[in-house]
Amino acid sequence: MPEIVLREALKRGLEEALENDPRVFIMGEDIGEYGGAYAVTDGFLKKFGEKRIKDTPISEQAFLGAGIGAAAAGLRPIVEFMSMSFTLVAFDQIVNMAANLRYMSGGQISVPMVIRAPTGAGVQLGATHSQSFETWLAEVPGMKVVCPSTPYDALGLMRSAIKDDNPVLMAEPALLYGAKGEVPDEYYEIEIGKADVTREGSDITLVSYGYGMRPVNEAADTLEGRGVSVEVIDLRSLAPIDMVAIIASVKKTNRVVVVDNARRRGGVMAEVTADLQQAAFEWLDGPVMRVGSVDVPWPYNRGLEQEVLTDADDVLAAVAEGYGL
Amino acid sequence: MASSTKYSVKPSSKKAKLSKNRKSSSSGLDDSGVSGVTDNLDLYRQMYLIREFELACGENYSKGLIRGFLHLYIGQEATGVGAISTLRDDDYVVSAYRDHGHALARGLDVNRAMAELFGKATGTSKGKGGSMHLFDAAKGFMGGHAIVAGQLPLAAGLALAQQYNDTDALTICFFGDGSTNQGLYHETMNLAAIWKLPILFFLENNMYGMGSSIERVRAGGIDFYPGMATYGIPAAEVDGMDVLAVKEASELAVARIRNGDGPQFIEAKTFRFGGHSVADGQKYRGQEEVKEWEERDPVVTFPAKLIEMGLATADQIAEIKAIVDEAVATAVKFAEDSPEPKLSEIHNDVLA
Ligand SMILES: Cc1ncc(C[n+]2csc(CCOP(=O)(O)OP(=O)(O)O)c2C)c(N)n1
Ligand SMILES: [Mg+2]
Repeated sequence: MPEIVLREALKRGLEEALENDPRVFIMGEDIGEYGGAYAVTDGFLKKFGEKRIKDTPISEQAFLGAGIGAAAAGLRPIVEFMSMSFTLVAFDQIVNMAANLRYMSGGQISVPMVIRAPTGAGVQLGATHSQSFETWLAEVPGMKVVCPSTPYDALGLMRSAIKDDNPVLMAEPALLYGAKGEVPDEYYEIEIGKADVTREGSDITLVSYGYGMRPVNEAADTLEGRGVSVEVIDLRSLAPIDMVAIIASVKKTNRVVVVDNARRRGGVMAEVTADLQQAAFEWLDGPVMRVGSVDVPWPYNRGLEQEVLTDADDVLAAVAEGYGL
Repeated sequence: MASSTKYSVKPSSKKAKLSKNRKSSSSGLDDSGVSGVTDNLDLYRQMYLIREFELACGENYSKGLIRGFLHLYIGQEATGVGAISTLRDDDYVVSAYRDHGHALARGLDVNRAMAELFGKATGTSKGKGGSMHLFDAAKGFMGGHAIVAGQLPLAAGLALAQQYNDTDALTICFFGDGSTNQGLYHETMNLAAIWKLPILFFLENNMYGMGSSIERVRAGGIDFYPGMATYGIPAAEVDGMDVLAVKEASELAVARIRNGDGPQFIEAKTFRFGGHSVADGQKYRGQEEVKEWEERDPVVTFPAKLIEMGLATADQIAEIKAIVDEAVATAVKFAEDSPEPKLSEIHNDVLA
C-alpha cells in the first residue's frame, strides 16, 4: 500500500469531495492564496477557483455562522479554523445554532457541515494557541466529533464527515500532519462512532485517540517488552463514543487506562471512565485509571510544556499504580 | 461640554516640526548612556533598538533558541515608538501578538524581554508566555494578546477603570487591520464611545492580515478611519513611516482624551517588511511592493533626516548604534545564560 502523510490524506478527502459533489465548498482564513496555515488546502484555489475555495476575513463567528446557513440551504460547506483555540470565538454559533437547529426545528433543518481545526499543544505556542476544545464540543448534543491519528483514518473519517448530514468537527492533531501511514488506492470509509482496536491483547486495555495514540503506543511497546499483553483502542470518534468496543475489551482484559492528550479534567475520558465503572464494574480488577495533560494553561517554555503534556511515562505510571503492571 | 466631534480629523497638514535638541553634549547622550538623550535621538534609539532586537530574535529563532510563533515588528517601528513616546507612566499600553516593539517602546527591560522569548525563568512572564504574550504590569504594559481582536475589550476595561477612578490616565490599544473584521471591533468601539472611555485606538494598518491584503477581505477600501464616524469617534490618519508625524497625531489625541473628550482613533499606514511570522514564505505578495516600502524605512530615513537638518551628527547616530548593539548582544547573552524555569513552576500562577 502507498504511504502518505496525514496532511495528504485530508487533502485527498477534500479534493475528492470538491470534484464529486458540486455542493461542497471550503472556507476559512488564508486557505486560498496563502495555501492554508498548515498547507492542507495548498493549490486548491488554482484548481477549484474562488467559488469553491473561499478566503474569509478574520471573522470566525460570521463565516462559521454563514456555513450553518449555507448548510441549512442544502450546500455542504467545509469550514476551516486556523487553530482549535480560535473555535472559541465561534462557539456560540457552533453550539447554539449548528448543534441545536435540527432539534429546535423538529427535524426540519439539518446542518451538513464539516468544521476542521488543527488541535493540540507541543510546539510552544503558549496558552492561547494550544488548546483542545474538541473535548468540549464532544459533549454537545447535535454534534459529531472525530479525531484521526493516522492518514488511513484521516481519509476515511473525512469521507464520512463530508457525507454526514450533521455538523461534524474534524479535530486534526497538528503534530501529526506530517505523520506517515499506509492508505489504499481503493475507496473506503470509516464509520463515525466506531473505535478501532489497533492492537489485540489480554492483560490490559489502553484507550486514547488523536495525538494521545503516540504515548499509548509507546507505553504499549514497553509493556509488551515486559511480557504484558496490551490491547489498544483508538476511539477515532469522540462523539459518539464507541463504548461497546471499550466495554467488550475491558471485559476481556479486566484492566483499563484511558489516556487523553488534552487536559485531564473533564473531557472525553471522564465520560469513558464514568460509563465504564457503571457498565463494567464487576469485570474490573482495579480502578479505571485516567491520564491526561496537567490542568494548567499551556506554558510556552519547552521543558514546562513537555512536562505538562501526557507522555508514555505518565501512561506507564498509571498502569503501575492501578494494576501493578 | 460641546460635542462638536470632528469626524476623520487629519493631523495638521503642516509637516511636523523637528524639535531642537534639548541637550548639546557632543554625543547627545548623558553619562548613563541613553536615558538623557534628546527627544529626537531617543526616538531614533528606540526604533533602532527594536530593529536590532527583532533581527536578533530572527537569528535566534533560526538557531532554535526561540520557538513557537514569532511575529517581527520590522518596518513598523515608527508607529509604536511615536505613539508610546507621548504617554505617561500611569497610562496603559495594550498590544497584540506582534508585541515586541510596543513592549520595548514602553521600556520593558531588554534582557528580560529577550529571556521571555527564550522561555527562561528570568523572562517577564517567567518563560510561560513567550513572544506573543509579553507583559510588564509594573510598566503598564498589559500584553501581548494572541487572539485577534481579543485585546480590544480588555483595553476598554482598563480605560473604564481609569475613568472610574477619576484619573486622567488613558489606555492605548494597538491592533492590526485584520482584527477589524472581528465582531469585537465593532462592539468595543461602540462601548468605548457611549461610555466616553479614555482610550486611544491605534490601528497599525500594515496592509495585510497574514496572507490577506486588505482589498481582499474588507469592504470599503484600505482606509479605516472614516468608518469611525459611525461611532462619533474622532479619527486621524497618519504616515506610519514618519515617527514625528505619528508622535504629533498621538499628542493631539492624548491631549483630547486627558481633556475628557472620550475615545480617539489613529490609523497609521505602515508595513511589515518581513513575513507575517518567520514561517511565512510570502507567496501572496510581490517583492516590488515590499521594496517600495523599504525605501521609506524609518530606521534609515529618520536619522538621515536628522543629520541633513543639522539636528544630529553622524557620530551621534553611530554612538547610539554602538550602545544599542551592545545592549542587544548583552540581552541575548543574558537570555542564553539564564536558567530554565523549574518544573515546580507549572502549578504556580494558575489562580491568585
Ligand atoms: C481569533 C483568531 N483568528 C485567527 C488567528 C490567526 N492569526 C493570527 S494573526 C492573524 C492576522 C492578523 O492580522 P492583523 O490584525 O492585520 O495584524 P498584523 O499581523 O498585520 O500585525 C491571524 C489570522 C488568531 N490569532 N486569532
Ligand atoms: Mg495587518
